[in-house]
Amino acid sequence: MKLAKALLATAAIAAMAVPALAETDVKIGVLNDRSGLYADLAGEGSVVAARMAVEDFDAASKDIAVEILSADHQNKPDVGSNIARQWIDTDEVDVIVDVPTSSVALAVNEVVREKDKVFLASGPATSDLTGKACSPNTIHWTYDTYSLANGTGKAMVEQGGDTWFFLTADYAFGHALERDTAAVVEASGGKVLGNVRHPLSSSDFSSFLLQAQSSGAKVIGLANAGGDTVNSIKQAAEFGIVQAGQSLAGLLIFSTDVAALGLETAQGLVLTNAFLADRNEDTAAFSARFKEKHGKNPTMVQAGVYSAVLHYLKGVEAVGSDDADAVLEWMKANPSNDPIFGEATIRKDGRHMHDMYLLQVKSPDESAGEEDYFKLLATIPAEEAFRSIEDGECEMAKQ
Amino acid sequence: MAGESDVVAAAAMPTVREPAWMPRHHLVLFALLLAGLLVAPFMLYPIFLMKVLCFALFASAFNLLLGYGGLLSFGHAAYFGMASYVSAHAAKVWGLTPELAILSGTLIAAVLGLVFGALAIRRQGIYFAMVTLAFAQMVYFFSLQAPFTGGEDGIQAVPRGHLFGLFDLSRPEPLYFFVLAIFFGGILLIYRIIHSPFGQVLKAIRQNEARAISLGYQVNRYKLAVFVLSAALSGLAGATKAIVFQLASLTDVYWAMSGEVVLMTLLGGMGTVFGPLVGAAVIVTMQNYLASFGDWVTIIQGAIFVIAVLLFREGIVGVIAKWTKKPL
Repeated sequence: MKLAKALLATAAIAAMAVPALAETDVKIGVLNDRSGLYADLAGEGSVVAARMAVEDFDAASKDIAVEILSADHQNKPDVGSNIARQWIDTDEVDVIVDVPTSSVALAVNEVVREKDKVFLASGPATSDLTGKACSPNTIHWTYDTYSLANGTGKAMVEQGGDTWFFLTADYAFGHALERDTAAVVEASGGKVLGNVRHPLSSSDFSSFLLQAQSSGAKVIGLANAGGDTVNSIKQAAEFGIVQAGQSLAGLLIFSTDVAALGLETAQGLVLTNAFLADRNEDTAAFSARFKEKHGKNPTMVQAGVYSAVLHYLKGVEAVGSDDADAVLEWMKANPSNDPIFGEATIRKDGRHMHDMYLLQVKSPDESAGEEDYFKLLATIPAEEAFRSIEDGECEMAKQ
Repeated sequence: MAGESDVVAAAAMPTVREPAWMPRHHLVLFALLLAGLLVAPFMLYPIFLMKVLCFALFASAFNLLLGYGGLLSFGHAAYFGMASYVSAHAAKVWGLTPELAILSGTLIAAVLGLVFGALAIRRQGIYFAMVTLAFAQMVYFFSLQAPFTGGEDGIQAVPRGHLFGLFDLSRPEPLYFFVLAIFFGGILLIYRIIHSPFGQVLKAIRQNEARAISLGYQVNRYKLAVFVLSAALSGLAGATKAIVFQLASLTDVYWAMSGEVVLMTLLGGMGTVFGPLVGAAVIVTMQNYLASFGDWVTIIQGAIFVIAVLLFREGIVGVIAKWTKKPL
């Protein structure tokens, strides 16, 4: 009797101990905006995407225990950096993913560099992450301001939109966006006819839009963001600018903005995106599965989170630990391969190199139904889509 | 009200000898607070505690103006945020040591306070609040456009440096005790200001300005002085925060920050010494530990504010002070 009990106890201990010895514990922190402006673009959908990546990777059968944490950084850099620090210091988080809002991402970038962990940035736009602020611990996964603005600028000129007029938000970000896009337009053989600057958070764009209309430019470039872009598109629709033959080019606009505007208002708008749900069978299948869980098609940011987490977990499996340096080295040495971007590599400066897509918003007649917003105008190859390393001011990549 | 009860308490207990500079229960509370804060970093996450300390100092500085000067400023983010920009810039670009960076931030906040205050105190009530808000918005748009602030990216990767060139602040322990020293010094200074003859005159002005004028006080000078003190101490908090978080961003100059400090002060107890500390601790803790609830944080924060206004208008510490019948 005694012996049987002892045997049972040993067996029980052994049963508990075996998987614990072999397992690698991975903690993924999904840090994004869950209450504000970017909650639709990233938010809970990014957590869903991360969970799908863990399921598809089949972590459980590979003896890797994955836990996903999530938090709201409220678009405040101090809140975001505080959460990131606390996750790494007290919760032993190995990798932080997503982080839309450039200022928060730059803050998290510094924290992760200091603590030597991994930051997979799917949400933020600023191309400084692979430029002045580049870090060996950060991989900028999905898109950046350069690829959105310049992709649109170049492709529009090639499509025949060779005269431009800029509607620019009057602050550093707007000026930079206008300057960079104008350079690309001119380099591609186009001409900039003029520009007009509006204050940040304007409500009335009528005088600016009339100037843009009377300039006779074929393309009106919207070098602004967020509410300003949405308002300028709405008011452009009231003036019938697109119907009269001019095109609007959004330089920093997301698919969620188009959904919010509606096809009637946004039709004809041209934008660059990293993900198109019905591009091929793989993306369509992924989108359908995502929609089942989250109720909406994935945005490029959410799809990017899936792709990034999947590649990270493959790295953990290959290296056999969650050691940040080893996993990062593996991730940069091996191409990522997933239904979102196909096969794609990671450059020395931390830029994930994949194709981008030039899209145009369909008119209500062209749309086949709910969530059918875009038609594909052109595919921009990765090498053209992103800024070259030489232009990036990333010290690390030049060595 | 606090002033009246002070007088009553003093009159009722003339025989009890207390240290002239601080009643005994305040001494005990300060001692407890200091002891708690000395032990706290070994139990709680130090960076979180430093955030609480910075905001507690900010709320106390605001309370000096609202609770004792009777002036509702709706633009205190300007001093807090501008000081954090200047201190971050001084530490990063000019390479100053942290104590000098913080001092330069504080100084700029004082200068801003002097200019804005001199104009704002000419108006009263809602007009005063609106003037301060307008100036704060000017500072916000200046910060958005000025090249040294980095626009919406803010100033990132600010070095913490070595205190007096000796103590390495990149480790959390020395940094914590440095921040604690600043906080405690700031709070004691505010306490001293409140209980000085100057503070008594402020209370008199708040309760009846016309009578204070008729007694021969230069009311506007007192108001301006307290405004500058409050702005400078807010700046001290903001400058310290920039060194702790190694960043300065638009969040700190945005009008929502001005609103947040009003919320902290009212929730903790306006016109009490310890109220703003409690209010700041409650709000920062909520923002920090409820972050995983997403949009519920703002809803919970709003609900708590509504409850506070409906049920205990004096704030948490204000209610306790009423029960214990002692000014806190």
